[in-house]
Amino acid sequence: MSSTPRQATPASVSAIARGDSLDVSVLPSYGFGTRSLMWWGTVGMCAIEGTAFAFMIVVYFYLRGLSTEWPAGRPAPDLLWGTVNLGVILASAIPNYYCDRAAIAQDLPRVKFMLLLGVLCGVALCAVRWLEFTALNVRWSDGAYGSVVWMLMGLHTFNLVTDVIDTMVLAAVMYKTPLEGKRYVDIAENSGYWVFIVVTWVPIYAVVYWGARF
Amino acid sequence: MTAGRSTPETPDDAPGAAAELDYAWSDPPTLKGWICTVDHKALGRRFIITALLFLFAGGVLGGLMRHQLAHPENKLLGPDAFNQVFSMHGTTMMFLFAVPVMQGVALYLVPLMVGTRNTAFPRMSSCAYWVYLTGGLTLFAGFACNTGADAGWFAYVPLAGPEYGFGKRPDFWNVLVNFTEAMGLMLAVDLSTTILKMRAPGMSLQRMPLFAWATLVSSIMIIFAMPTVMLGANLVQFDRMAGTHFFNAAEGGDPLLWQHMFWYFGHPEVYFIFVPALGFISAIIPTFARRPMFGHTAIVLSLITTGFLSFGLWVHHMYATNVPELGKSFFTAMSFMIAIPTAVQIFCWIATLWLGRTQLKSPLLFVTGFFVTLVIGGLTGVMLGSVPLDLQAHDTQFVVAHLHYVLIGGALFPLFAAIYYWFPKVYGRLLSETLAKWHFWLLFIGFNLTFFPLHVLGLAGMPRRVYTYTADTGWGTLQFVSWVGAMIDDVGMFVFIVNIAYALWRGRKAPNDPWGAGSLEWAASSPPAPYNFVRLPIVASREPLWSPPVDGPRQVIGLSTRHREGLVTTVLDALPDVRYGYPSPSIWPTAAALGVGFWLIWSIFSNKGMLIGLIPPSIAFIAWYWPDKKESQAELELEKRP
Repeated sequence: MSSTPRQATPASVSAIARGDSLDVSVLPSYGFGTRSLMWWGTVGMCAIEGTAFAFMIVVYFYLRGLSTEWPAGRPAPDLLWGTVNLGVILASAIPNYYCDRAAIAQDLPRVKFMLLLGVLCGVALCAVRWLEFTALNVRWSDGAYGSVVWMLMGLHTFNLVTDVIDTMVLAAVMYKTPLEGKRYVDIAENSGYWVFIVVTWVPIYAVVYWGARF
Repeated sequence: MTAGRSTPETPDDAPGAAAELDYAWSDPPTLKGWICTVDHKALGRRFIITALLFLFAGGVLGGLMRHQLAHPENKLLGPDAFNQVFSMHGTTMMFLFAVPVMQGVALYLVPLMVGTRNTAFPRMSSCAYWVYLTGGLTLFAGFACNTGADAGWFAYVPLAGPEYGFGKRPDFWNVLVNFTEAMGLMLAVDLSTTILKMRAPGMSLQRMPLFAWATLVSSIMIIFAMPTVMLGANLVQFDRMAGTHFFNAAEGGDPLLWQHMFWYFGHPEVYFIFVPALGFISAIIPTFARRPMFGHTAIVLSLITTGFLSFGLWVHHMYATNVPELGKSFFTAMSFMIAIPTAVQIFCWIATLWLGRTQLKSPLLFVTGFFVTLVIGGLTGVMLGSVPLDLQAHDTQFVVAHLHYVLIGGALFPLFAAIYYWFPKVYGRLLSETLAKWHFWLLFIGFNLTFFPLHVLGLAGMPRRVYTYTADTGWGTLQFVSWVGAMIDDVGMFVFIVNIAYALWRGRKAPNDPWGAGSLEWAASSPPAPYNFVRLPIVASREPLWSPPVDGPRQVIGLSTRHREGLVTTVLDALPDVRYGYPSPSIWPTAAALGVGFWLIWSIFSNKGMLIGLIPPSIAFIAWYWPDKKESQAELELEKRP
């Protein structure tokens, strides 16, 4: 079973049949993408959080559908900081992409540099997010509209801050010795999770900032 | 410690390999070893035992209700105590017993069944257990202080909201949901990854055991269902603590929104309790029919269909609200449709039993109890799926009867079947068949005597969740019959405990495969060694022990015996792909779970706690990940780049 063509696809090397046994000692001790268990764990995490985000958007439109005035007696959130955030978060996908590439190439100096850029982007995003909260023009206790807007923002911020801390921890780990190869898989998966943060901001931005205008 | 791959690799030195594996995989017999363990078997056992203790606690609460209602105008429980007792009973049974026990059994069995050494994320299994225990104890600590949940197991707003939710009672319920759903989600990701990526070489999806399919389907359902109730419970909590208005109609919110959020989870929940039970039955029937399952593929497709359809039923809990008529028709159709995949499975099981040489041992006896009970519960379910009938029976004892037939028939009977079936594997001892039969008949008769009369009482107009009634209603006689049934159930459960205790004390030793079953867990010793298999098996059929590989390799070599190493395989064909260094035991998952507990409990009492309380669990999570120098060194010795 070591020489079927299908087996050659995922594994760069294949297990070797020896009598009634299959010797797997030649196989790599880690792999990237779907070969890694961490990839599956991250996908599970994104599915869980994605469900929560999606449901929160449903809640927004459910409450909007019940309301005669939306946003109820308040101006819509100022567009400036939310849109700046959209720009910065989309731009952060670029160093994130190169971080992922560098991790797969196991290029330590480049990984360190890209992680540093990632942390800077993350900190900048947190700062802009703070300004966003000041420009929502509503408090969470100002009726159901305010509650749902703050909750959508809060959910995304919670994930954003979590991943910025994760990125910081990973950056610190990359300075440790000895460094196992599997840590590069963690970097690649962290990049995957950052893509989730970026992608989910687009609909949340659209809902929070434009759902109050149309 | 030297490089692991220099250790035995040839097939003829298994004893040496076993000794080394034992050293690498055993936990030290100390308190620290016990707390830090990441062994899926130890944690699975712990989940099951804890869940059974919650079953007994929930059973006592149920018994209290039966005592109270056994006579008209009984004074045992007042209305406030009764509210807490029925809410705690439902919450305990659904959140602290039914879901965790199913996941606990899967945690124990899945790695053995798919032929691997541990789950994909063993430290997450450990964290999940401690989160679960902390949550359960928190809920009961609240109850002990007269702060038990009192707004039903679904905690409807506004009853549980800031306007009417008394003291901190609903807050304890809300944080319990966070605890149990975090636990459920962690295990769901852990188990589904294990099933998809860690199956023994050759165990393609077509050859995967039906129980593993059932676990995979229920895990994916959990991933898409549990976040909504967790989110919803937090929204209620924010309404209560922070002054938001999600459910406050006066401020643009909507109380019905909670019902949607709860039942969007709540109905699939019934199915992610029921689907693993279907998996138990599909594992047990072929063994006692002495033949492979008839319609294996049809069963797999039915499980997947059940998973999908279960997300389209939630509104049938809300027929008595103002949802649109068209919506009600859709949900009625869906409620009827889900009977189809269940019926397909029942026909496949009957065909398997019909075509086989059936041996009516205790596990199969409980399966027959499932058939009878579930069919009755299913039929009343179809009745309640219809809007006009539901409106008549809504909030009556008829619904209480229906849900107990479905849940006890659909989950508890299969669970007991599973316990009788796998107990010899888990503890290496045989249970008494005679006591098992006593247990079955007492439970079966007692259960029907307890709950069948409630159908009649419901149709006669007796509402549910009333703490007493007057004698002139004429409900007293049937309520007394129901009480007698509950007492018989209690005797049945006592027999069960005696059976377990006697088997553990001086039960006959179980061989590896006492039932002559065909799946991989029976290839391991009874009880299994900490590493499960000396050599990971290779699979060439759906029943690997009945039809082992004829030619070609039968076992895997080349994995380290001195370190915790396993094998990752491909999703569809289970071809060997990557070696995997398992994480070692650690105190940090436990610390993280306790940190989460600290945070959630603090958040009940203080808004500051919601934010600052996050710091301790965050530190624990980082420490959990932080590499250990020695382990990194060992990992490097085994490392091979992709």
